[in-house]
Amino acid sequence: MTIQFNDETFRDDYSFHNSDWAIKRFPFPFHEDSYMYAVNMEQHRGGPEGSVYEKRFDVDEHYVAEMRDRAMVLADDPLRCQSLPHMTLAGWDLLELIMVSKSEDYPDLFELHRDGDQWRWVNKPMGIDDSFTFMDETTLPYGPMEYITRQTQGDFCVLDQREDNLWMDAGIVTTQADWSLDFDIGMNFFEWHAPVPLAHEKGIFVRALKFLLNIQQGAPARRLNWTMTVNPLLDTSPENYHKWGIQKTTLTPENIGSKQHLRVELQTFFRLPRSNALVFPIRCYLCSFQDLMTMPKWGRRLHRVVRDLPVELATYKGFIDNRPMMLDYLSQFDDGLPTSPGVWPDFDTEPPLQK
Amino acid sequence: MSAAPQKAKAGAEKIEVIVKAVVPLNDLVTRFEFERRGGALFPPFSGGAHTVVEMQDGERTRLNPYSLMSDPSDRTTYAISVRRDDEGRGGSLFLHNHVKVGDVMTITFPVNLFSLDLRAKKHLFFAGGIGITPFMAMIEQLEHMNGNWELHYACRSESLGTYVDVLSYKYPNKVHVYYDDQKQAIALEDLLDGQPLGTNAYVCGPKGMIDWVHATASAAGWPDANVHSEEFLAPAPGEPFEVRLCQSDKTITVGEHESLLEAIERAGVEAPFLCRGGSCGQCETDVVSYDGDFVHRDHWLDDEEHASGKKIMPCVSRFVGKQLELDR
Ligand code: HEM
Ligand code: FES
Repeated sequence: MTIQFNDETFRDDYSFHNSDWAIKRFPFPFHEDSYMYAVNMEQHRGGPEGSVYEKRFDVDEHYVAEMRDRAMVLADDPLRCQSLPHMTLAGWDLLELIMVSKSEDYPDLFELHRDGDQWRWVNKPMGIDDSFTFMDETTLPYGPMEYITRQTQGDFCVLDQREDNLWMDAGIVTTQADWSLDFDIGMNFFEWHAPVPLAHEKGIFVRALKFLLNIQQGAPARRLNWTMTVNPLLDTSPENYHKWGIQKTTLTPENIGSKQHLRVELQTFFRLPRSNALVFPIRCYLCSFQDLMTMPKWGRRLHRVVRDLPVELATYKGFIDNRPMMLDYLSQFDDGLPTSPGVWPDFDTEPPLQK
Repeated sequence: MSAAPQKAKAGAEKIEVIVKAVVPLNDLVTRFEFERRGGALFPPFSGGAHTVVEMQDGERTRLNPYSLMSDPSDRTTYAISVRRDDEGRGGSLFLHNHVKVGDVMTITFPVNLFSLDLRAKKHLFFAGGIGITPFMAMIEQLEHMNGNWELHYACRSESLGTYVDVLSYKYPNKVHVYYDDQKQAIALEDLLDGQPLGTNAYVCGPKGMIDWVHATASAAGWPDANVHSEEFLAPAPGEPFEVRLCQSDKTITVGEHESLLEAIERAGVEAPFLCRGGSCGQCETDVVSYDGDFVHRDHWLDDEEHASGKKIMPCVSRFVGKQLELDR
């Protein structure tokens, strides 16, 4: 399948939009009518054809526009990309992982030609054709992590593993849900998770860390996380809160369907072979409420989840003030019928809205 | 929460290999070199990683971990060096006596529980006997990166000094060898004292040596985080005992020469594992009820957990008593 790349923006005029294909494959994160934090990890070895889970690094219609947005963020704020000196080897590991995966999974879009350590990388959607020497930084325009992640959707944290912990010692973070790499750099798993409510008490982080420390080469894992974003903004960073925080007050009952977006992160975990580091790609998918409502099951379920979400979570996720307005909107799409289990829209089998 | 749930498999991903060379190094140690079946390259790995080798020994499947000791940048070959253990449970004997060039075997993807701290300004290695193997790969990795390292290697005798010749030839200024039978000993206190700030120490060898390095470093004021060790525990034999597996509704008997994990697997019950040596934590199993005493041998659970009677690591630990029921 060839992908038609959208010409769109994630700022100013917000021309971002999802095609019907993108809506259908949106990673709706709720497998039941309620939500609570859990150690929700599973293997990342493919998934249903066409779904965002199928490939190691999903490429979709937003690819080229997202990469343009990333370049703009980096131009304004170079600290969004940092790598402590001992993480360069992990950067090469990551470059190799992505180049090999993408060229195998999308041969019509990406090519990797290797002759010993002489590599040639062709990225057709972005018009890149570069030859370089693997493991020789001087042959690339950026460090290896930055080079490849300027060409890959999603944020990336590269974690060093030592002392039975993970350390955020490198990363590129331009599409984040209100946290900052510059603030978290050098922190460990418990330190950077400190702001999260309820999950510590439930022992979730202790168990999640044990799982992550054991992730092995060739056996990646994944989980989903989600939040809410007003306007299709990728860069909801603390650094720019003054620009986007205020936009939350622009919601009205008339514009909420198009402005309010469910923001889902497909988080994956890969062990990196040469450095024994762990890479944590955080891929962000946005979908407006009105697009989500085209799937009757998602409409019913989203209403129930948002309605019953504990106050702590709605506050942490930053939508407590707008929750009443969201519920007014969403309740129109909840007729009280039961929903089928699982995340899939089940468009053909779930009944249409009965009101 | 599962988007597209997949059943987790026990153990790491596997690789089919062909034995490409069997090289006896001395009376006790033999190197086995593998190439990937079908001619593909091996995945890269990091120095200190091990692989679990699967051996079909008659009716029994043996799974033993060995450090990868080949150059991590050589993706055509993986190599392990195995010391024959005449008293042990037979994995090493099987390799020495039955495995020959051309055999097809299965090994796991590399797993690293003993990796280099890449922040270190200097890496100080202490090897005892066959404990040299992970350092062989670490040294090659550091050489490619211009890393700063130094090796102190204690062997029983010159004739049992596995790889002493190669190492001393290639790195005469970095390798220091000590022979027990010549009453040579590592001057550990002095060595630990004279290191530049930011040095990390690594030890692999017999348990006594590991404890000695940790204790001496600690007494000399080294932060624990800067001293790394790897000790593979081989599951020790013990009296047979009976176990009830309540999830799978089975009662099994653990034989004298098999581990609890092996007995669980023999009963056809899938149980998670990675290292099979008591250090990765993957096989951690909840105890439902018991009447007797645990023989905990792992490095994973802490003292409190060992005393609690609530958890066991079936890859190395055993049980003596009337009754044991596990959540598996
Ligand atoms: C090593 C990989 C991981 C990294 C780098 C990472 C990073 C982060 C960061 C930076 C935040 C934002 C914290 C803030 O408010 O400043 C966060 C939130 C969170 N993380 Fe992780 N995380 C990782 C793995 C996990 C795993 C395996 C779990 C499994 C349970 C988890 C659960 C959570 C939860 C529940 C939140 C709150 C999110 C929300 O409600 O929106 N994280 N994580
Ligand atoms: S398998 Fe690693 S601790 Fe048991």
